[in-house]
Amino acid sequence: MSWISRGLIALASIIMIGIYFKPLWEITLYAPQYKEGLKMIIWVNKITGGTPHDLRNINLLNHYVGMKKIDPNAIPELKILPVIFGFMIFLGFLTAATGNTKLLYAWAILIIIIGIASLADFWWWEYDYGHNLNPHAPIKIPGMAYQPPMFGCKNLLNFRACAFPSTGTYLLAVSGTLGVISAVIEFFRRRKTQ
Amino acid sequence: MKAKLKLTLFSAVAAGLVSVPSFAQSPAEKVYIPHGKYDEFYAFLSGGFDGQVNVYGLPSGRHLKTIPVFSAYPMNGYGYSEETKAMLMTSHGWIPWGDSHHPELSQTNGVPDGRWLFINENNTPRVARIDLKTFETTEILEIPFSGGNHASTFITPDSKYITAATRFSVPIPQKDVPIAEYKKYFKGTLTFIRADKPGKMDIAFQILVPGYDYDLAHCGKGPSYGWCFFTSYNTEQAHTLLEINASMKDKDYIAAVNWKRAEQCIAEGKYKEVKTKYAHNYRPPEGDRIARTEWKTSVKWIIPKECPGVMYYLPTPKSPHGVDVSPDGKYIIGGGKLATVIPIHSFEKMINAIKNKQFAGEVEGIPILKYEAVNHCEVPNPCLGPLHTEFDGKGRAYTSCFISSDVVIYDYKKCKVLDRVPTYYSVGHLMIPGGDSAKPWGKYLLPMNKITKDVFLPTGPELPHAAQLYDISGSKPQFLLDMTELGEPHYAQAIPASILMKKSLKIFELDKNTHPYATKSEEAAKVVRKGNEVHIYMTAIRSHFTPDNIEGVKVGDTVYFHVTNIEQDWDIPHGFAVLGANTSNLLIMPGETLTLKWTPKEPGVYPFYCTDFCSALHQEMQGYIRVSPKGANVPIKYGTGEEMHVVK
Repeated sequence: MSWISRGLIALASIIMIGIYFKPLWEITLYAPQYKEGLKMIIWVNKITGGTPHDLRNINLLNHYVGMKKIDPNAIPELKILPVIFGFMIFLGFLTAATGNTKLLYAWAILIIIIGIASLADFWWWEYDYGHNLNPHAPIKIPGMAYQPPMFGCKNLLNFRACAFPSTGTYLLAVSGTLGVISAVIEFFRRRKTQ
Repeated sequence: MKAKLKLTLFSAVAAGLVSVPSFAQSPAEKVYIPHGKYDEFYAFLSGGFDGQVNVYGLPSGRHLKTIPVFSAYPMNGYGYSEETKAMLMTSHGWIPWGDSHHPELSQTNGVPDGRWLFINENNTPRVARIDLKTFETTEILEIPFSGGNHASTFITPDSKYITAATRFSVPIPQKDVPIAEYKKYFKGTLTFIRADKPGKMDIAFQILVPGYDYDLAHCGKGPSYGWCFFTSYNTEQAHTLLEINASMKDKDYIAAVNWKRAEQCIAEGKYKEVKTKYAHNYRPPEGDRIARTEWKTSVKWIIPKECPGVMYYLPTPKSPHGVDVSPDGKYIIGGGKLATVIPIHSFEKMINAIKNKQFAGEVEGIPILKYEAVNHCEVPNPCLGPLHTEFDGKGRAYTSCFISSDVVIYDYKKCKVLDRVPTYYSVGHLMIPGGDSAKPWGKYLLPMNKITKDVFLPTGPELPHAAQLYDISGSKPQFLLDMTELGEPHYAQAIPASILMKKSLKIFELDKNTHPYATKSEEAAKVVRKGNEVHIYMTAIRSHFTPDNIEGVKVGDTVYFHVTNIEQDWDIPHGFAVLGANTSNLLIMPGETLTLKWTPKEPGVYPFYCTDFCSALHQEMQGYIRVSPKGANVPIKYGTGEEMHVVK
């Protein structure tokens, strides 16, 4: 492996460490009486509110339409994801240290799979929350689901729900791109030398 | 050519003069607050005989809030809930009413700082502290040996003390004597209350003074720091038909009290410890928030004769009402309500007069200074019935004139009348934001009137009291607004909203609620019988109570609904009321626990419900409590939803 590729994969791993310190996604609910917005912040290992009580208040409002309570302790992804990314960081450093090209290819393929899988999982999670409603909910609107958007804004009854990726996801994107570039460089270098 | 130039110049100036007034804002524009914008000032007006403080926005004049202080208030259960009823305890028992007169904002370096608002109660002498984080009354201290707490609450520039002085002299200590022997038995007290320690308000000392009526006060600042001034009338010591008998003398007194000297006398042991009994009520602003009464048993008396230098009398014409100290602390203005001039005393002259012993006499060991020696000037022909003075911080004094229904504006250093504005009618106090402090925000003037005939829509024999707002930021005062008032406001204070908004509390943290009957989750809700007391640990959240079905209560039981609002969202209080409640409803803030005591008289099933429209399903926020006859064997049973808990 060239020193450039090793450097890039090392850098990708370093950047990836950032996702333990920065949130991945933010969903904000606006309403006339919540001008300041009720915010839900998704991290790699936890879900928090924009203020200490936002999550509680989102759950409180959601119960009117029969949505499940968002309980961070009951979401398995928040326990699995930190391990997965921990492994990827370890694998990245190992690749940089050993200069093993096969490990690099594995890293690049894995990160693509993890990225797509995470987004798909997130979408399913949102789908489930928005569709899996308590049949005894006080407010029932025929045909209405409350799946928040993944990207952008959407009106849900009196709320305007806006969701956007946050710093952690951008870090992940940069990290993944660097790793993939590293793999591509190695791939072409190999073809050249053969 | 030259003439043409002149004409052009003339036309330009004329056009300018004509257009200037049209650029000025109209009164309506000046008081209009567009949607979503806030008023610039919070004004706190005493409620007089309603015992409360009413908060208005300035310049809009919009009523924002009523803060119950000395009167029970059914709107939120103040004085009725188990957590607040101790606030109204006195040595005369529980009193649900008061006569609140003079609000005073706490100060730092002579400038209102927005921590607390103090206010006196005249009828059953008391003072209160209001916490401005929540606009709630957190402390009330009773004043013993006082016949009416009128010269109160006026503050020292460091908020160390607030004053209290008896309006009516009475036998001290109280005893059964013929009223005709007033001169022999009746005395007054001037009280200094330690105010800078929340929860620990205490009487530092009382000065035993001659049996006059002590009316109002203000404390010195800057060079006069360490002194407070109290007006007195009825130095004639009349006890009947005072309107004639107390208006004889040409001059009564302003009592100048050197509280630094008083502190010295206390430190040197020159005081008398006197046994008595008075209440100190305190409601912690956080934690369990349960008000308690602590009984205090003694006060320290200073006898002026035994503490020379503690007090002097400044002769002041005629039956003075208000006494006000200029922002620079150099001048003391008396409002002689029967005087034809406004006397202005000089603090510097007063100190010199004391040094040079320019005395005109003495009463009970209190030297009377020579009027000419202390008087800076008399404002000539000001108005009729001058009462109170406020300052704009730009060298102008504003005195309200009750009889002539106007406010006179004058340069207090030069003793020259500058202007006057009418009031509608019979103005008492007046207020400029920060107008009695070292740094007034001299933008608005608010005279408060006693009579409003022909100003407002008639409402039968009683019409509202009123205030008028003037813009005094320009060279000429501009009338802006008529404001109706609640009760009979006697005085007001105002402070920029920006100072208070930063301190405002949005919710009480449920985690920090240490109320012994707090219920922090629905799972923890329960009903417990203790002899013939039934304690209901209840939660309220949008849009239900837990439990909402309760059985097993019997006639003869005392039921306590301990309701915890487990919301943690701003502006989501819940109310609680039960049929036949003979106290009040509750208004419970997010994170707070309040208790309603209920004694059912007849068997039956009684509904309870949320009284504050909280959510789309507020109307469904209700429940039932079943009351069985005395001796019935219905077990305690409670729940919300399918599962009912049975207590054997």
